[in-house]
Amino acid sequence: MELKLTLNGKRIIEEIDADLLLIDFVRAHGCKSVKRGCDTSGCGLCTVLLDGTPVLSCSMLAARADGHDVRTLEGLQEEAADFVGFIAAQGADQCGFCNPGFVMNTIALLRENPDPTDDEIRAFLAGNLCRCSGYDGQLRGIRAYLNAKKREG
Amino acid sequence: MLTIQNYVRPETLDEAWECNQNRKNRILGGMLWMRLGRGSINTAIDLCRLGLDTIEESEEEFSIGAQVTLRQLETHTGLNRYTHGAVRAAVCDIIGVQFRNMATVGGSIWGRFGFSDVLTVFLALDTAVELHRGGIVPLAQFVTMPPDRDILVRLIVRKTPGAVVYLAMRNQRTDFPTLTCAVSDLGGAPRTVIGARPGRAMIVPGLPALPVGQWSQDAISAYAEAAAAAVPTGSNVRAGAAYRSHLCSVLTARALTQLGGINGWN
Ligand SMILES: Cc1cc2nc3c(=O)[nH]c(=O)nc-3n(C[C@H](O)[C@H](O)[C@H](O)COP(=O)(O)OP(=O)(O)OC[C@H]3O[C@@H](n4cnc5c(N)ncnc54)[C@H](O)[C@@H]3O)c2cc1C
Ligand code: FES
Repeated sequence: MELKLTLNGKRIIEEIDADLLLIDFVRAHGCKSVKRGCDTSGCGLCTVLLDGTPVLSCSMLAARADGHDVRTLEGLQEEAADFVGFIAAQGADQCGFCNPGFVMNTIALLRENPDPTDDEIRAFLAGNLCRCSGYDGQLRGIRAYLNAKKREG
Repeated sequence: MLTIQNYVRPETLDEAWECNQNRKNRILGGMLWMRLGRGSINTAIDLCRLGLDTIEESEEEFSIGAQVTLRQLETHTGLNRYTHGAVRAAVCDIIGVQFRNMATVGGSIWGRFGFSDVLTVFLALDTAVELHRGGIVPLAQFVTMPPDRDILVRLIVRKTPGAVVYLAMRNQRTDFPTLTCAVSDLGGAPRTVIGARPGRAMIVPGLPALPVGQWSQDAISAYAEAAAAAVPTGSNVRAGAAYRSHLCSVLTARALTQLGGINGWN
């Protein structure tokens, strides 16, 4: 079938197989930040924004993104730059493999809820798994970012 | 691995239903459960053009389209006002936000899964399912029907005045539940639903009547013990049967206590 979508602002029209997954489509278009960490839709590493909504690209047919806007970390560098430094400063990233999924879902969280409580952060990021940390570093990093933003006013 | 040869977006329910009569074709929900399976699908049927992705609220009922996501259930103000947050409580620990942005009500109810939080909470409400050919069927009846080739169009939740409480036990947040429990009071006697036994959620039959007015601790304990005795439980990787039966009485008692509180405020 013919797939038409916008990937990080670029319009793409391409013939695809019916069972091509969105993750394989975006990777084929150079978005290598999007990776597979599991095969049960449980790790969040493959998170992309579909019309602004975070979804698991490993579990979605590319065909279903037809007519929609798809964003990956490659297209959201500026928005990510705001807070990733705070997370890194907490030493939260160890192997770093989970990082792109975390960053994508944090972008979605902050767009929806610019001033979340710790519990709201934990709940929103519960679908992003990290094998190195206990998630506290990430939480401290996001908290530090929110505090800094408040100080700036 | 799941392979799919064709992908279609029918313009009408009749067209979708016709296509689904071929056993090699499949309706797509969020595809999250489906993709864990193996095999080959001839045509995947996407219901996205049928306008089934909204929750409509009227004076009498909520009409929840089959393609509504679990996240929509979680964040819908009216539905959570009516259920005192019980619908949100039922879905909020299912994997993660991204997952719930994809998993659908239709797939969740159609699957009649033993572990289902979604089935548990809706069984405690006055819920019916609308099937394209089968018409409107009470949810309690639908869960006992064997899967056929029909299409689940929407859920209908009647706004019967009352209250409902949802509780589940998980070994770890976002894991499958070890036991699910929903207790509602929609006028008359409370209705208690237990799921993840690990069998499919059931409305617990033959429970003792509770006194009108305030429920004493003794009455609540007796009711909860009777629920544990009436619900068949089994063992699997998450818990043994005896532990599940114990959980059944604990969660039922807690839910009843909360329900008594909510009734007291109203
Ligand atoms: C790893 C994992 C963990 C989970 N954990 C939980 C949990 O803790 N609690 C919980 O309650 N649930 C849990 N679930 C289940 C999940 O919430 C969904 O219920 C499940 O994925 C099915 O929904 P779906 O939209 O993905 O349907 P799909 O997987 O797309 O479809 C499921 C079945 O229903 C059919 N179908 C879909 N829509 C319709 C329709 N409208 N009419 C007729 N047939 C239809 C499909 O053809 C398919 O046979 C989990 C699922 C997974 C994969
Ligand atoms: S790779 Fe998509 S959720 Fe794990």
